[in-house]
Amino acid sequence: MRKLWAALTVLVALSLAGCGYNTLQSNEEQMKSSWSEIVNQYQRRADLIPNLVNTVKGFAAQEKEVLLGVTNARAKVGSIQATPELINNPEAFATFQAAQGELSGALSRLLVVSENYPQLKSDANFRDLQAQLEGTENRIAVARNRYIQSVQEYNVTVRSFPSNLTAMVFGYKVKPNFTVENEKEISKPPQVDFGPAPAKPQGEAQGAAR
Amino acid sequence: MAMSMARASWLAFMLCWCFIAVAQVPVPPLTGRVIDQTATLTAEQKTALEQTLQAFEARKGSQLAVLMVPTTAPETIEQYALRVAEQWKLGRKKIDDGAVLVVAKADRALRIEVGYGLEGALNDATSKRIISEIIAPRFKQGDFYGGLTTGVDQIIRVIDGEPLPEPDGKPAGGMADLQQYAPVLFVLVLGIGGVLRTVLGRFPGALATGGAVAVIAWLLVGAISIAVIAGVIALLFTLLGGGMGGLGAGGYRDGLGRGGFGGGGFSGGGGRFGGGGASGRW
Repeated sequence: MRKLWAALTVLVALSLAGCGYNTLQSNEEQMKSSWSEIVNQYQRRADLIPNLVNTVKGFAAQEKEVLLGVTNARAKVGSIQATPELINNPEAFATFQAAQGELSGALSRLLVVSENYPQLKSDANFRDLQAQLEGTENRIAVARNRYIQSVQEYNVTVRSFPSNLTAMVFGYKVKPNFTVENEKEISKPPQVDFGPAPAKPQGEAQGAAR
Repeated sequence: MAMSMARASWLAFMLCWCFIAVAQVPVPPLTGRVIDQTATLTAEQKTALEQTLQAFEARKGSQLAVLMVPTTAPETIEQYALRVAEQWKLGRKKIDDGAVLVVAKADRALRIEVGYGLEGALNDATSKRIISEIIAPRFKQGDFYGGLTTGVDQIIRVIDGEPLPEPDGKPAGGMADLQQYAPVLFVLVLGIGGVLRTVLGRFPGALATGGAVAVIAWLLVGAISIAVIAGVIALLFTLLGGGMGGLGAGGYRDGLGRGGFGGGGFSGGGGRFGGGGASGRW
């Protein structure tokens, strides 16, 4: 009797492995770690902001609106707990993404405004901070890219046969992926206008920010 | 009607070609530490730069490389540099101490892509400074070789300040070497041991296998003590082991993550990159 049980356990284990159970596990873990990397980099960006705002304030205190925008956006980002469970909740995911997007927009506005202050631009501290911010934005882009890939891999496993049966039994669902908020806007070709000088370059940065 | 069909298909055909035309710039294979696709550097300059990088790797263990391409369009230099880094895998495995300097000459853009392990020393601000204060001014004057050498020297100086694990020298790592060859020996023991045991009988077969493994280990590693240990292990294994001949060791690739350059070639050690570094223009 005991032998039969052992054989049955082995059989079940083997069939699970064959049905993609292990693949699902490893894909999900991969996805979680990619997500952690994104959160990690977003956190890094948020940590840079107080320093950046203070530096800019020293040279361009009159840009109150922009500075306030960054501070508020950062506060908003900080109020959302970026737990791994967030991935499973499309609504919370969207909120999180929107908040981070808002921060990106506010930051790029700040950088555009800073172009008007030569003293600020040549300040060593500001330049270092700017380099760090650029680097962090690039890391965020990389992390998002890798997350998108890992979600894709996971979703393919969840949806393809025979692992979809295993996924159904164990309740694994397709996960939401990153989307661009302004999909329509960026799929339009940019309009080049050589007419009279553009009045406000600030508007462009908003569109370019993700 | 047929005319418009033909025209439509022709248009579709041309469109396809357009898409092929805007395909990404391919990452060149890692044939050396300095790859210049723009024919900017002379042969001597290239060799000199390569020797600097090679000497640094031998001394510190970090792998650096320089790539010059005409353009990275349609990608940005950041995207391209990351693809280069991901394909080349510079830096030692688990230490991730690689860095690539990518120059897109026609785009007038360059980037230092930094591996995870070097992000502390060669951080974004430092990379940016090296680019904008050291390399870019020289590039602006058309002095590409000068920009590259002084830039690389500065990068080396920065990395030198970072405590990294010692580069694994050849003679020191006897046990590590054996570890590297262990899977091969293991398969040999399983295969030859099984055969010898059936031919010669249990004990003589095991003895022969042990002796053979000891000799092989001695040839590979060059240390008698380790060879004897390997031989004894093989002997016991064959003596006690059952008929496990069918159990082959699975694929065993990419060594132990040493950035080997056996036979003049050069290959990445398995370092990982996460988008650290800085870019600049001149």
